[in-house]
Amino acid sequence: MASIKDLTNDELMYGSFMCAGCGGTLAIRLALKVLGKKTVLVTPPCCLMGVTTFYPQMAFDVPCVNAVMPGTAAIISGLTAGLRRKGQGDALVVGVAGDGGTVDIGLQALSGAMERGEKFIFLCYDNEAYMNTGNQRSGATPIGAHSSTTPDGEKRMKKDMLQIANAHNIPYAATACISYPNDYLDKVAKAMAAPGPAYLQVFSPCPVGWGHNTDETIEIGRLAVQTGAWVLAEYDHGEFRVTHTPFKRKPVTEYLERQGRFSHMTPEETAAIQTEIDRLWDKYDKL
Amino acid sequence: MGDRKFLSGNHAVAFAVKLIQPEVIAAYPITPQSSIVERISQFIAHRELDSEFIRVESEHSALSACFGAACAGCRVFTATSSQGLAYMSEMLPYVSGNRSPMVMVVVNRAMAAPWTIWGDQQDSISQRDTGWIQLYVENAQEAFDTCVQAYRLSEDPEVLTPVMVCLDGFVLSHTEELVELLSASEVHSFLPAYQALYAIDFDNPTTFCIGATPEVFAEYKHYQQQGMKAAERKIPQIAQEFAERFGRFHGDLLQPYDCQDADFILVTMGSFTGTARMVAQQLRAQGMKAGVLKIRSFRPFPLTAVAELLPQAKAFGVLDRDFSFGMEGALYTEIKAALYPVANRPPAVNFIAGLGGRDIRPEEFATMFAQIEKSYREPGSVPTINFMGVR
Amino acid sequence: MTEMLPPVPHFKSPNRSITTGSWRTFRPVLDMEKCNMCLLCWLFCPDGTIKRVGDGLTVDYDFCKGCGVCAKECRRKAITMVEEV
Repeated sequence: MASIKDLTNDELMYGSFMCAGCGGTLAIRLALKVLGKKTVLVTPPCCLMGVTTFYPQMAFDVPCVNAVMPGTAAIISGLTAGLRRKGQGDALVVGVAGDGGTVDIGLQALSGAMERGEKFIFLCYDNEAYMNTGNQRSGATPIGAHSSTTPDGEKRMKKDMLQIANAHNIPYAATACISYPNDYLDKVAKAMAAPGPAYLQVFSPCPVGWGHNTDETIEIGRLAVQTGAWVLAEYDHGEFRVTHTPFKRKPVTEYLERQGRFSHMTPEETAAIQTEIDRLWDKYDKL
Repeated sequence: MGDRKFLSGNHAVAFAVKLIQPEVIAAYPITPQSSIVERISQFIAHRELDSEFIRVESEHSALSACFGAACAGCRVFTATSSQGLAYMSEMLPYVSGNRSPMVMVVVNRAMAAPWTIWGDQQDSISQRDTGWIQLYVENAQEAFDTCVQAYRLSEDPEVLTPVMVCLDGFVLSHTEELVELLSASEVHSFLPAYQALYAIDFDNPTTFCIGATPEVFAEYKHYQQQGMKAAERKIPQIAQEFAERFGRFHGDLLQPYDCQDADFILVTMGSFTGTARMVAQQLRAQGMKAGVLKIRSFRPFPLTAVAELLPQAKAFGVLDRDFSFGMEGALYTEIKAALYPVANRPPAVNFIAGLGGRDIRPEEFATMFAQIEKSYREPGSVPTINFMGVR
Repeated sequence: MTEMLPPVPHFKSPNRSITTGSWRTFRPVLDMEKCNMCLLCWLFCPDGTIKRVGDGLTVDYDFCKGCGVCAKECRRKAITMVEEV
């Protein structure tokens, strides 16, 4: 992204009923500034669909096809082929799903669509649980996090969707964060240019579900990256690169202690998370 | 006029699809449907059919992909059976509720458990409430002809309802008969190029499949029923026009055989109609006034036509290749419902047969007619529900 | 109702007949004297309610939900969250 000033004033998503301070809203709002008007969105039941396309309030300036939860990427496959048939092959087909609709119930269709190699973008706004239905854990819920179905904390590591996406030999897959818009929007542009499926997973803090103030959304995202808990990376035609290395990684407690969902954790549990982060970044430092 | 070929029901469907030229096809293999899409794949590979074929990774994705392509404004096609239909069942009311025209061929196969690959009609009948038109065909010729008619019906602006064309697994899908194809120009004259009424338009964006609050949801469902009522009118019109143009008529909503003076009528749906007719003919020669009523359109159900026709008989029976556990055969229940407004309702018997691919022999049909007659001569002597041949 | 609704569940988009400004407890007030037009508030507003108008910025109070991200991210402390009365 050249500069903020060069971004369009157009708000292709506006007037939604997303919660105040929602990270996901920002993720999609910003992406649309780069994607542009010749985009058709496909979205399954998730926070986004529930608040942008319920009669009578329609928040998008672009066509949107609502999907069933397992079927987002399959509907994308049909749309891509269909639009090509109708001479609209230059239109962007962009799936926008929450983490649940991507890594859990949406995974089979997404895997199939990536394997078939059509040109589309799948944008996962990751708020690390099924937030639309009230904060139930998903495969993307990080270890230690409270959710309504893991009241004593999630016991398993977050599913590594970036690796899964890249394993399908797609031209582009990346992780991003709304708090790093330059990095994020550069990646959106790369996804648009990719000659095949492109997968983007954008870290989207959720004040309601994560237990922080509505004005802290950007700060929480920043802390996730600064502590190394969330990695900004990409696979470009299979080549891995960390796109942002924190200069001096902050202790992960600075990230965890700001969120209500981690408030029950013991020092042993946070130490275990720190160990895992250190191990991961040791590996990255050697690359 | 097109070629005459010796074709299985599945290949007849494939040839119909080749002539109809849907723009996007998405399908997943399942016995006994697979030979439809295998044949279509060959047509595409040999450049005899210029369609996009999406080799999806599941049936749910097959119907989802068809839905996506339909939103782009394309004519689409898919086919499935049994477990596949059940797997995509979430998308059935989605497609019909969105008023997306499309045609899906269902090669009827029994539902697990227990596991089976053989035919009965439990799969499509289980989905009768999903808002799809359901047409049941009797032979490969009718399968070919009905596919062409189905697109005409589905795409009609007053109908805008997806259509399931159902043919019996193995009995129809895999046995061969002489089929008269139409020529490409004949098909195109009957079925003009598809102009979607509602498609993605970047200049006039819309949201497809909006969320509907309680204030408006019922209105959409009412619209759907209006589409079905329009289909009830259009199915006979389209069948009639097809007959006038191409000389073949397989019935409209239903097709009576020798019913006008029949004392005892057997109601059938699907391929066993043929055997039933043959037996009815033999019984006529022996002095029984037997008739067969084929139901062709299960949805929309021919309530009025059935109420006009059946009460003329002294008694009737309904053959169900399905069962609604805890109730009766589904066709039986619906036939009786059609007769509810009629003052003098004849005795009615339900025969459950042909489940899981078990053959129904002509002798068994003769037994059915005998039971129907007995239900008239000795009221109350014949059980309502008869599982034929259960040991 | 059926006269107003098309027979398919599609709807012309956008349709922003319902405003969300009433959600607010606090409203952002911009002090353009302190502002250096870095545009971070414009960038980070989740709902895009900060508008670039000419050489300055305004807030679309019909849709601003009062989340406070703009005030938090402003490096110049040019935005104050004022309680709605």
